[in-house]
Amino acid sequence: MLPIKPTLPIKPTLRIKNGRVIDPASGTDAVLDVWLEGDRIARVAPPARGEDGDKNGADRAQAETLDATGLIIAPGFIDLHCHLREPGFESSETIETGTRAAACGGFTAVCPMPNTRPVNDSASVTRGILERAATASVRVWPIGAASAGSRGEALAEIAAMHKAGIVAVSDDGKPIATTKLLRQVMDYCRALDLPVIDHCEDASLFAGAVMREGRQSVRLGLRGMPAATESVAVSRDVQIAELTECRLHIAHLSARASLELVRSAKQRGMRVTCEVTPHHFTLCDDDVGYDTHFKMNPPLASAEDRAALIEGLADGTVDAIATDHAPHEPASKDVEFDRAPFGVTGFETALALALELVHAGRLSLARVVELFTTGPARVLGRGRRIAEGEPADLTLFSTEHEWTFRASESASKSRNTPFDGRQFRGAPMATVVAGRVVYRREV
Amino acid sequence: MPERLRDLLAIEPLTAEQITFLLDEAKPFQEFQRHPLKKLATLRGKTAALAFFEPSTRTRISFATAASRLGADTMNLQAESSSLSKGESLLDTVRTLDAMKPDCIVMRHSSSGAAAFVASRLEIPIINAGDGMHEHPTQALLDALTVRDRRGSLAGLRVAIIGDILHSRVARSNLQLLGKFGCQFTLCGPAMWVPREFECANQSVRRTSRIEEALEGADMVIVLRVQQERLHEPKLPLDEYILLYQLTPERLRLAGPEALVLHPGPMIRGLEIDPAVADGPQSCVLEQVTNGLAVRMALLFLLIGGGSESDPPKGSTHAAD
Repeated sequence: MLPIKPTLPIKPTLRIKNGRVIDPASGTDAVLDVWLEGDRIARVAPPARGEDGDKNGADRAQAETLDATGLIIAPGFIDLHCHLREPGFESSETIETGTRAAACGGFTAVCPMPNTRPVNDSASVTRGILERAATASVRVWPIGAASAGSRGEALAEIAAMHKAGIVAVSDDGKPIATTKLLRQVMDYCRALDLPVIDHCEDASLFAGAVMREGRQSVRLGLRGMPAATESVAVSRDVQIAELTECRLHIAHLSARASLELVRSAKQRGMRVTCEVTPHHFTLCDDDVGYDTHFKMNPPLASAEDRAALIEGLADGTVDAIATDHAPHEPASKDVEFDRAPFGVTGFETALALALELVHAGRLSLARVVELFTTGPARVLGRGRRIAEGEPADLTLFSTEHEWTFRASESASKSRNTPFDGRQFRGAPMATVVAGRVVYRREV
Repeated sequence: MPERLRDLLAIEPLTAEQITFLLDEAKPFQEFQRHPLKKLATLRGKTAALAFFEPSTRTRISFATAASRLGADTMNLQAESSSLSKGESLLDTVRTLDAMKPDCIVMRHSSSGAAAFVASRLEIPIINAGDGMHEHPTQALLDALTVRDRRGSLAGLRVAIIGDILHSRVARSNLQLLGKFGCQFTLCGPAMWVPREFECANQSVRRTSRIEEALEGADMVIVLRVQQERLHEPKLPLDEYILLYQLTPERLRLAGPEALVLHPGPMIRGLEIDPAVADGPQSCVLEQVTNGLAVRMALLFLLIGGGSESDPPKGSTHAAD
């Protein structure tokens, strides 16, 4: 009596018509209609012409239509690394404002780091975040702390948080403090099949530094940290990942030497992945002055390192573009450079910055889509595709739309971006989460 | 006359022409320091706010004296008595100062870029009296004035800078200033204090860890103070420093009898410099201090002197006030 799933008919609720579907999982790159039914994708079919639409079995009369002519339809973008600041730092951002900004950036799922107050180191905090996220614009996939309070001593309640819904663990904001602790966390997470995300940084090389060491730090008289601050720690992590066979993901990778360690780990067949932020592949230390909107950690790298990062994005060594969206309320950034907190916002400019690389011929469009979709999904051990029965999470974007980013108009509560006033070609045009249009760009 | 300065935040953006102009403007104020009555009315009614967010004795007194000799009043803010210790932000503190309507703010701060940050937020002229490890522009100007007096010109001098160059704002400002006059530099000190990036930034800069090599043929030697406590950094044994880098009479002979010795102070005899050198005929240390007054008077006059209606003093035309 249960119906063998018929090919027809469906009762679509939204028809996204005539867009160029780029689906890395299936290798699709064609102009298609995508029909949604509730929170699922119901059909992906060649555009219906005139009255022929009905031959797809879709009852068009009941479906709303979103015209995607000239746009790319991609699987929903995932941001592996952000800070939503809730609970504890709601003057900088909340789950509500942060996810609204994420939706404006084309993201359908975001992974907030656990450095909130309290730290997300227990199932009750995780559940609290997910409760608040129930009404958020996009999906929230929390990352749990690796150690209690991210203090680098005892393990956090990793298994309980895993049950409550975390997708990875990290002590982000700082590295997992000791090699011994890292080893324990990795042994533990290996058994749970959870990825360990590490903010790689050698504490003593980092101490007191506010930017990358180099010509510019010497010129400005700002304390610099060498690239080895990161790569020394990446080397440690890769070796412990090898020992424990745990999945390791390197957060906001910024140095060529780190990238080479990841590349060689991958060549050895290890499950080591990494992400690069838009600010690291766009800017370099020469862009740093005393404007605190250029202060983040890891700091902007040398031009040579930036070139290596772009190469890594292109050749597949880098798995994901992640924003490290790190809002700080304006007053906290309106201070002397060395007193300002590290971090910049990033949701709303990420795609447009990646498209700059496409326009410059450095990256293919298909690769950009991978870096925002299947790449980050794979880091989390998930799939991401546009196919019947899949969750209706989609990102529609233009590669040509011209616009200027204005921090003052940002959906985020904070304004700390180095890209205020930047002119872009290409933008997210609509964001669909669970079949609902959560963002549409006004044009 | 070159483009009028609004602030003095750093030497880096200045042209050689602007620097020469500033040094020329300081000339009459140099002579003025020898007058029995050292008071002008030029800046009467003007106020210079001295905001020192980092301990300083000589620079603060020098600016205060310069302002006073021009007839200006000063407002003093010192870190230990300021509201900063109560958690107020730098911006709020200087806005408060600004609301008392001074004509300029002379500021020293331990953060590189602090003067530029304040200048970008306030309308009034800002004079950088030292910002972190970045620049100390009036020090470089007074050094240049001192050397130009003794040597006649700055062009093409061979300059040795000895000590902790990485952390020195004096070194940075001198590299910028003298570099604009085609000077050649040898930077010398323990290798971790002499970053190779200085070399890359400028073709006329070389590094060495041997003081003998740095002094050989030098026209001027800038000896930097050794700061003994450095946060975040392992210490270097002082005996080791003295052994390798102290400027002694024997070492100074390598530079020749005409070579000038400068030190920005405060100077620790027996550490970076041998007392015999500090007090010797090649030492310019006290001239530097006097020239500091002249340079700072010229600067205050140019920045807040109200331009055309008041002319700089010519020789003895000072007001008995």
